[in-house]
Order: sequence, then structure tokens, then C-alpha cells
Amino acid sequence: MLSRTADNLYWLSRYAERADFVARILDAALRLSALPANYGGTDANEWESALASAGNIELFRPLYDSVNEHTVRDFLAFSPNNPSSIRSCLQTARENARSVRTALTSEMWEAINEAFLHLRSFEGRDMTREEFARFLDWVKGVSLAFDGSAYRTMLRNDAYWFTRLGIAIERADNTARILDVKYHVLLPETERVGGSLDYFQWTTILREVSALTAYHWVYRESIKPWLVADLLILNREMPRSLANCYEMLVLNLDRIADAYGRRGPSQRLARGMLAKLDDLTVDEIFASGLHEFIEAFIAENNRLGAAIVEQYLG
Amino acid sequence: MPLSAFDEMTGVQESGPSPSGPSPSGPSPAEVREAYAALKTWLDTTPPEHFDTRRSQAELFFRRIGITFAVYGDNESTERLIPFDIIPRVLTKPEWGFLERGLKQRVTALNMFLADIYGPQECIKAGIIPGDLVYRNPHYRLEMRDFEVPHGKYVHIAGIDIVRTGEDQFFVLEDNARTPSGVSYMLENREVMLRLFPELFSKHRVSPVEAYPDALLATLRSLAPMSAARDPTVVLLTPGRFNSAFYEHSFLADKLGVDLVEASDLFTKDDVVYMRTTEGPRRVDVIYRRIDDDFLDPLVFRPDSVLGVPGLMSAYQSGSVTLANAVGTGIADDKAVYSYMPEIVRFFTGEEPILHNVPTWRCREKDALSYVLANLGDLVVKEVNGSGGYGMLVGPHATKREIEEFGRKLRHAPDGFIAQPTLALSTCPTFVASGVAPRHVDLRPFVLSGADDIRIVPGGLTRVALKEGSLVVNSSQGGGTKDTWVLDG
Amino acid sequence: MRIRVVHETVYQYDSPARGLIQMLRLTPRDHDGQHVRAWRIEPTVDGRLSRREDGFGNIVHVFSADGAEEAMTIRVTGEVETAETHGVMRGISEWLPDPFYLRESRFAVADEAIRAFADEAVGASIDPLDRLHRLLAGVHQAVDYAPGPTGATTTAAEAFALRKGVGQDLAHVFIAAARHLEVPVRYVSGYYWRPDTAEQEAGHAWVEARVPDLGWVGFDPAHGIAVTEAHLRVAIGLDYLDAAPVRGSRTGGGTETMTVRVRVDDARAQAPAQQAQGAAQSQMQGQAQGLAQAQG
Repeated sequence: MLSRTADNLYWLSRYAERADFVARILDAALRLSALPANYGGTDANEWESALASAGNIELFRPLYDSVNEHTVRDFLAFSPNNPSSIRSCLQTARENARSVRTALTSEMWEAINEAFLHLRSFEGRDMTREEFARFLDWVKGVSLAFDGSAYRTMLRNDAYWFTRLGIAIERADNTARILDVKYHVLLPETERVGGSLDYFQWTTILREVSALTAYHWVYRESIKPWLVADLLILNREMPRSLANCYEMLVLNLDRIADAYGRRGPSQRLARGMLAKLDDLTVDEIFASGLHEFIEAFIAENNRLGAAIVEQYLG
Repeated sequence: MPLSAFDEMTGVQESGPSPSGPSPSGPSPAEVREAYAALKTWLDTTPPEHFDTRRSQAELFFRRIGITFAVYGDNESTERLIPFDIIPRVLTKPEWGFLERGLKQRVTALNMFLADIYGPQECIKAGIIPGDLVYRNPHYRLEMRDFEVPHGKYVHIAGIDIVRTGEDQFFVLEDNARTPSGVSYMLENREVMLRLFPELFSKHRVSPVEAYPDALLATLRSLAPMSAARDPTVVLLTPGRFNSAFYEHSFLADKLGVDLVEASDLFTKDDVVYMRTTEGPRRVDVIYRRIDDDFLDPLVFRPDSVLGVPGLMSAYQSGSVTLANAVGTGIADDKAVYSYMPEIVRFFTGEEPILHNVPTWRCREKDALSYVLANLGDLVVKEVNGSGGYGMLVGPHATKREIEEFGRKLRHAPDGFIAQPTLALSTCPTFVASGVAPRHVDLRPFVLSGADDIRIVPGGLTRVALKEGSLVVNSSQGGGTKDTWVLDG
Repeated sequence: MRIRVVHETVYQYDSPARGLIQMLRLTPRDHDGQHVRAWRIEPTVDGRLSRREDGFGNIVHVFSADGAEEAMTIRVTGEVETAETHGVMRGISEWLPDPFYLRESRFAVADEAIRAFADEAVGASIDPLDRLHRLLAGVHQAVDYAPGPTGATTTAAEAFALRKGVGQDLAHVFIAAARHLEVPVRYVSGYYWRPDTAEQEAGHAWVEARVPDLGWVGFDPAHGIAVTEAHLRVAIGLDYLDAAPVRGSRTGGGTETMTVRVRVDDARAQAPAQQAQGAAQSQMQGQAQGLAQAQG
């Protein structure tokens, strides 16, 4: 396959996944800010942390005077100046899709093309919270439709495997970012505070990765910060956990290596990280520092991304 | 001077539609040429609503597959659909047989001409064509002199524009020898006709065009350099998705089953061309390029080209890769060179030309110039390549002032122009707002010249001028397309 | 005269540049007025250097580097014996018919101003050689030979409008005007020995025009003279683009800094070494196709 084609498929999937992630972040912030202050709602605080999780703060500052619901919603959802806004994600995804149209199934193309065309109907409108929540649901639906169409219609060959790599790298990065921004509420000392504030923070994290229900199924007990960390980092069954993402990366990189008859740095890096995650316990992570662990993970994940680009897409 | 247009359905040679309104009365059913008999019955007996439904279905089909022609630029709104007319244009088997023989002869001569002007230049020495016409032409590429192209062929894909003016009168209007486009319309038009009107195909024996991609691939593979593997790697090189013909590029790559590459996908190393793939560099043997010469290689042609591959010409000249079409074929579709085609055909094939040229006055010749200047109002005056952008004059449609002004330009630089009579292109029945009416058409068949053989799929692209009385079939000026049927017996 | 040349082109890249390919038209041929005693092209990085000829008969070296490079120098050294021929070029094997050199080319298009200038410069003269001398004097007078506002891709019309340019620009103005007058004419890229200084910022450029019964005659509009034994002829073309000493391409590498050093001296003379090191520098951004080396 042409490297450019693989590159387009990889980034198409990454951006479709990122649109979904940003929608989840906004959805969680919306939920928190709707709560009365003494019940966990803390206004700007939530929007600030949404901004931090989604990244690109340095782009935000020169564009807006202050951090509040209005500005963060605009920046993360619609701003053309933010390459990771939902609008930009869908646009970039579609541009990538257009370049490799013949490598996509018609279902995939239609999912992303129609999303892009429909997006215009949301733009430039002052939305109530309710309307905005509906918009976010629509975005999540777009990612589901796109991912589903890929899953249901694509041939299982390298084209498909590169889309999986894009999703997994992006997802691992997204989950790690949430943990990076919220690590302090998961640290043992904050447990002592134990107020409703923390409880809402923990559930917010779980919501951001669609894992609130999963948590109860897995642990069958009330929400504990170290178990939240365990679920998001080490639990292989949890679709957005770091371990699961790396399982997906190893699997698909192996398939590519088998098909091409050659292994390289990408395979080594992905396997190395999966082995590390398998060996670790959440206690060990906390003992050596959650923050440090996450930072190191993000760097490693970027290194793998670069290795994939170098090995296949460049 | 009223133009006398030949109607392909009625066979009537009549005065074309006057500028003031439609022609007085339609022909009676008795006046139908045999080739159109069944179609005429179909048109007369099918309820109009049925046609309306089918026409909107056709439009939907084209929109869905995205066969648009982009006007340059990034904006979505610049993507336009070329209007498709559901009434096919029909050619009989003998008519096609005649055209096919003529096309083969013409393209054979074009290839021999190119081999000669880049080689021994016998035709210049013999006085068939003036040397300065060749040497001063910007499309005459020095890089091709004394270079033996793989298998001796230059124009592998030609689109020869043909117009008809009477029962047996066909003329070549233009030889497109660079990167002719439009073949995707030939294929998609047939596809949509088969879907919408299967019943028509049971009443006619229409020669299939679906073999075109196979024929093209066979042609391209046959052109692979000797050094290539037994299974040569063929790619289609596109300027990218902002190019107006990008749909066609991606459509063809898909049908051929070859990679659609952009310049950035290719690189050269030690005079070999490779494409970047996920499995590492892969050697490329044949490049079907849809990029003009000027943009192919920034180290040899335009240095500001970002569409080209640095080192491509060097690799090409070393013989490690075939470019289709060859570099430098533009000289063969120059309008001044065109006027010498009858002599060129005679000189190289030793035969009388089967297909005629439109009579052409070369303004570089003194007698011709005075004739042209005296008759500007009746003629079409066209600029030849590389003479500096003075445009063209359509005498019958020009104002007195425009004619005078053009006359001055012509006197100032007569070498830059040729003139032709205004031809009455044949008409075909076409759906227009008021119903079915005759509209002028032309035809672009595609001629494939491989190492081994010349292949022509029976048919081509019929373009139709949708505006009443208009002779301009270009899509940018209100032209549409039709399916072209060659009847098989 | 024995002309000795050292011509160094130094490239520096912000980050390693890959896929370096260069077409070098840096090697002279013999003709009756010059004999190449020694000539070398040495790139400082590993790669393949292959020699061929282009459509004009110029010697072209295609250099492609093997790896990613942060810097590269192309060093040309040589010695050529030249003789005075009063501008008349003999002993050149002509690859192309004369009418070819009437073809309009990108950098030498005559606009209205140049056409009017050309007509006026030759006036009523009908002798072909006299017309060319008048044109030579006209261009030399009309356009100041001075570095500054023009670059490697300045056109004849632009330079003429500025009334100022380097050798390349004056050559282009001459060519545009001569073609307007229907005289076959070509661009020549080479080196020029100056009595005052050996160190120069670039090579030089002049023209050759076809004179009936006489053949090709070299004119140097920058100096307003027919070419002399001080002119070392390297490559020809319709204009600068065909004869450019270096046309290159690369991938990556960020901003490129190019420094050119040319030293032209008389190998027989005890030339007093000049202190000032002549050097020209230019910068190019991104994935450029290099065309930055103007000819002084």
C-alpha cells in the first residue's frame, strides 16, 4: 500500500477518535457545571480542566479573554483556530478521507462526509446547554457510525490495520491526558478529604472514558481513586485503558509485520510497553509516582507514534 | 451565411437553428435514419414523466459517485456536474469502421512524426513541415532529441476530436496528444444508461465500451522498459485532488487496479523511480501521468513545480521507466502542426489520409493571410501554441470592432495564428427545457497505442452544446455529454 | 591566457536534508578559443556523480547524495587556456538548428518596453553585425551593471524596468531584444577574469548571437564588449534556466543557507592576493528546488 494512503487512513481514524474524545470531555464538563456549587459544580474550574484535558491551551490564551463555559465550548467544539476542535477534527478526518476515497468503503466515506456536511447546521448558533448536549451526542454518534462502518465493511488487510493503529494510539493518548490532568484527585492524600467534590471528580473521569458502569461491573464496590487508576491504566478488559490500547496496538502491528514479513521498531516499542503494563500493579505505580508514570507514558506513546510514521507512513 | 447542419437522426441537411428561435417544424417519422429508428419510436412512445424520472435518477447517480468537474480551487461549491443527456448518440457499424481505420492511420502517423522530429527529422528535410514551426514550439522538448523512447511509441493515449458535417463527412478538429481526459464519462455514461434503460439495450446491439480499462492496462504494461520485471508496476500520477480531472484519475486508477500516486509518493534514486509504500520503496516501471510536461520534473522543466518528481527526467532518459504519454508529444497537438497533418499522414504512411482535416489557413503564408484578413467575419481564427496569449476570434459571433482589433493583431504577428471556416457540426436529438430538440455534437474517441498494437474501444465521448445554436461543446461553456453507441450490425 | 577557477558552493541546512539531487552545469568544453587543461567537480558528501549531455550539448553532472546531510559543498577547480578570437566562436559542435534560438523563453520575454527599446537601439542600420553592436551598446547603456535588486529568477522585463541588474539580467534583456529583432541568440554561463580582483561573488553571464556568414558571436552586455580571452565559456541555453550552474532539490532540511565563492585568476600572473573574500549568501526555505545562484 502507498505510504500516503496508510498515512491518510491512520490520521482519518485518529481525528475521528479525537472528535469523540473532545465531545466526551465537553459532556463531562457540562454535567459538572450543571450541578449546584455545593454539590460539586465549581464553574470555571471544570471548564479549565476540560481545556487542560483536551490540550492546546497555548492556542486558547491569545484567542479568548477568560476561561468560562462560553469560551471553552467555542474553542473545543467549533473553533477553526484549534486543530483539535470537534469541527477541525471532522474536517481533517474528511480531508484525509477524500484523499483516499477509493481505499474506503462507501459506508465509511458516507459516515464522515455526511457528518462534515451536517456539522454546518450547528455552526454559528448560540446553543442552549440542552442543544449543546444534543450536539455532543450527535458527535459521539458520528464516531460510532464511522468506527462501526469500518468494523463492518472493511477488508481485514493492512488498510484496516492502519485504521486500528490510529484509533489505539489516539485513544491511549486521550486516556493518559485525562489522567495527567486529574491525577491529583486520584492521589491517596486527597482521599482523606473524601468529600462530594472528589466523588464527582472521580465519576467525571469515568464518564469521560465511558466507564462508569464498567467500573461497577469490574470492582463491585464504591468508587475508590486507586481502582479508577487501575481500571484506566491496567485493566485489559476496559476498552479505553492504556493496557487495552496497547493490546490493540500489538495485535495490529503484529498483523502488519506478518503480512509484510518484516518487524521493526514499532513492534518492539509496542510489545515493550504492553509487557511493562502487564508487570505493573497500581500500588507500584502510586509508589513511584502516578504523575511521573503518566508523563513517561505519554512520551513513550508519542515515540511509538513517531516510529509508526517512520516505519510505514513516511 | 447560414450554416447547413446535418441531423444525425433525420439525415436532413438543413439550415441550423436561427438565432431567433427553433427551426420551423420537426421532421416527419418517415425521415429517420435507420440507426435511430428504434430510438425514435422509443422517444415517441414513452410518456414524458418516465423520462423526467430517469433524468433525475441519472443526475442522482452522477452526484452519488461524485463524478464532478472541479473548477480550480478548494471550495466545495466549485464542484460541478456536467449535464448528461439520456438520448444516446448512435453510429452505425460501417461508420465506426471508417472512423476506426482513419483513427489508426492518424495515430500511427502522429507517432511516426514524433519519432522523426526527435530523431532524423526527415520530414523537415523533405520540406513537409517548416523547421522553425517545430524548433520554435515550446512543446518541442530538447530532452527528447535522439532519445529512443521505450518501444518507439510516443502518444500512447490519444483523444482525437471528430466532427461530422454530413452523411459521409467526418473531420478531425483536434489531436489531443498530451493528457486527454473524458474517458471516465464514456464509461460512466454507459453505466448509467445500462441501469436506467436496460430495455433499450435489448432492442439494439450496442458494442461494449467496458473493456477500456483492460485495454488501457494492457497498453501500459506492454510499454514497460525491457529492464522491468515480468509483472511491471504501473502507477497513475495525478496532480492531486484539486485538479479538475481528479475524479477521472481516481476512477481510472481504481478500474485499472493500479496505485494513484502524487509526486510526493515518488522519488528517484540512481535513475530509478520508486514509490513509497508501507513495505518500503517499490520500483515503478510505467507511469501513466496526468501531469503536463512542464510540471513533471522541477530540475528540468519549471523549477517552481511542486507537482513533479525531481530526477524523473533523468530516470526516464536512462530508460528505467516509461512515461505515458512520452514527454514532448505536445508538439503533435499544436494547431499550426495540425494544419500539416494531411501531408504528415501521406509522408509517413504513404497513404491518402482517411480522415480529413478541417480546411485551415496558415496566416504565416502570405496568400492565406490576405484571404483571412478579407474574410474575418466568416472564420474562426485560433492562436497556435506559444505565441503569447492573444486569444481567438469567432468571426460570425464577433462585433465589427472586435474584428477590426483582431485584424490588427493578426497583421502584427501572423505566424501566431491559423484560421478555419465555421463548421456546422452535426446535430442529435437532445432533451432541453421545451422537449426534444436537435443540438450540435462532437466526438472524442480514445486511441491506445501499445508496444504491440493499437486498441480503440468502439465509441468515445460525445459532447453536446446544450445552448440552442451553439457550436461550443466544452463543459466550461454549457456543454453536456451523451452516451455514444456503436451498433454492432 | 591561462584562467584558473575555484568555485565553491556551500549549503547548510537547519536539519538534515535527504534525497539531495543536483544537476550541475559546471564543466566547460573545448572550442577554438579555449582548451580545458584540467577540471574537477568534488562534492564533499558521499553520493553518485554521473555525467551526461543535455539537449544543448552542455556537460551535466547529476549528483545524488546517499544519506541525510547537514551541509554540503560542491567544489569546482580547473584551469583553462584561452585565446582572443574577437568574439567569434569557432570549433563548437552545434547541436541545434539556428531557428531554435528564436524560441521565446521564460526569463527573456520581450515586453512592449523592450521591443520599443530594441527597435530604437538598432535604428535604421541593416548590417546584421552592426545592429548587434548597436544593441550591445544600447543594453550596456540602458541597464546599470550593478548588484542589488535582482535575483536568480528576475525576468528580462523586470530588470529592464529597474534599469539595473547583474550579468544575468543584462544578458536576458539583450536576448529578449535580439529575439524580437529575429536574431537567433543564446545565453552563456561562465567565468570572467577581472583585472582588478580575483575574488567574485558569482560566475558571469553573457550572450552569443548568430550572425549570417560569421557564425556565433559572443557579446558581454555587462561590460559592453565582444567576448575576449578573459571569458571562460561553460554552458549555454535559451536563458538562465537552461544553463544554470546548479539546479537542485531536496526533502526536508528546513532553511537552507547557500554561500558561493568564486575565485578567477590568471595562472601565469603573480596575482597579488586580494584580501577581501568575495562571498554571496542567500537563504531558501523548506523543500526548495534550488535556483538561487544568480550570475553576476
